[in-house]
Amino acid sequence: MQTLTQRLANPTRFMELSRAVLPWVAAGACLLIAYAMYLVFLVAPPDYQQGETVKIMYIHLPSAWLAMMGYSIVAVSRFGLLVFRHPLADVSAKAAAPIGAAFTLAALITGSLWGKPMWGTYWVWDARLTSVLILFFLYLGLIALRSSLDDESLAGKLTAVLALVGVAILPIIKFSVDWWNTLHQPSTGFTSTVDPSMRTPLLISAVGFTLLFIALHLKAMQTEIVRRRVKAMRMAQVERDEQRFSAGAE
Amino acid sequence: MSAFLALLKRDLTLAVREGAALGTALGFYLVVVAMLPLGLGPDLKLLSRIAPGILWIALLLAALLSLPRLFEADQEDGSLEVMATAPLALELAVVAKALAHWISTGIPLALAAPVLGLMLNLDIALTPALVATMLAGTPAISFLGSIGAALTLKARRGGLLIALLVLPLYIPTLIFGISALGFAGLGQDGFTASFLILLAISVASVAAAPVAAAAALRLQMS
Repeated sequence: MQTLTQRLANPTRFMELSRAVLPWVAAGACLLIAYAMYLVFLVAPPDYQQGETVKIMYIHLPSAWLAMMGYSIVAVSRFGLLVFRHPLADVSAKAAAPIGAAFTLAALITGSLWGKPMWGTYWVWDARLTSVLILFFLYLGLIALRSSLDDESLAGKLTAVLALVGVAILPIIKFSVDWWNTLHQPSTGFTSTVDPSMRTPLLISAVGFTLLFIALHLKAMQTEIVRRRVKAMRMAQVERDEQRFSAGAE
Repeated sequence: MSAFLALLKRDLTLAVREGAALGTALGFYLVVVAMLPLGLGPDLKLLSRIAPGILWIALLLAALLSLPRLFEADQEDGSLEVMATAPLALELAVVAKALAHWISTGIPLALAAPVLGLMLNLDIALTPALVATMLAGTPAISFLGSIGAALTLKARRGGLLIALLVLPLYIPTLIFGISALGFAGLGQDGFTASFLILLAISVASVAAAPVAAAAALRLQMS
């Protein structure tokens, strides 16, 4: 009995399956985000203290959640590469890193746009902000290390070592920056303290953006697989040309 | 054990006889610390307030500068492959090399800090605490740095890449080093707590970093 991850190890099968799934995921993401934006801008009430700026939250929260989910995907994929040598693990990790970095940046930017009217400053060296900024640096390090070597398989494995070191160090960073005073409010989760008129759009927006992440991730993985095939075909072409050339010379 | 000591002795001898690496790191440390007051203005009150931060950050940068050489020379002349195939575990070889880096770079930089502190109008009473936190924190800098040095061994633009990879890992060390000095400056008793956490970070790095660094080296050997 093969598990799903084992069956997906064949890139061709992955391409078939992801081609079938991708349009549905992408359409779901578009519809849910559009519906969430409709609720946010036309239905949800402004906050009694924050006014209209509360609407930034509907983008900020999903971005922050996807920033962390992105790193989990990268770390789990890298672990799968190092331990199980799963053929698609490197593709998945390489594809997820820039998307996760983009959502981390989105969380930082939306947060600082919200911070200016609410806290009176774009940036504070607060525990939450600083640890998310460091998460962004870790993403940059992973992307830079992955692209620094011509040997792709070696680059993937070395990046795996860094990603796992990052998993070990992230809680320490989180803990160490807690020594600064915290201005960022603690998470309320999706608890009942948030009124349903705001909770529902937030929930829909979170699901929509998660689907968007998955769609982008699948597409990026497909692109990476195709890129590798093109590279392999080019190499084969060069070898054939070389053989013909040496045969002609004799 | 004798192989471990022999490797440590070899690296220390190389560091002493070459000399240039330590001289460059100390010179860099001095120049960075001298540049910052020129950029910030010569307000002595401001300088004495931010002196611990300047000294710590300049120390991190100076140590970072010497990291790429940690495995590079051995990679070039092939002795790294001898170490990888030797009976001594590669993890222990990494420990010996990082320890040699700490003794030959970390300790001299920490000992140079009080002199530079004088230029920044640092309170003299803080000097023992400054040296103590730096001696406690620099092992983490050498050992975490060995991960970065191992990962970027074959990378293009390795020197820039290593800064991007390693500096985020130094953040806990920096935070607890500065917070210990902050407590010492205010005369509060939080110094011991921060100092002990700083030691804990160093001990954890000594234990864990060689495993990651050796894994990265092995991947590049095969």
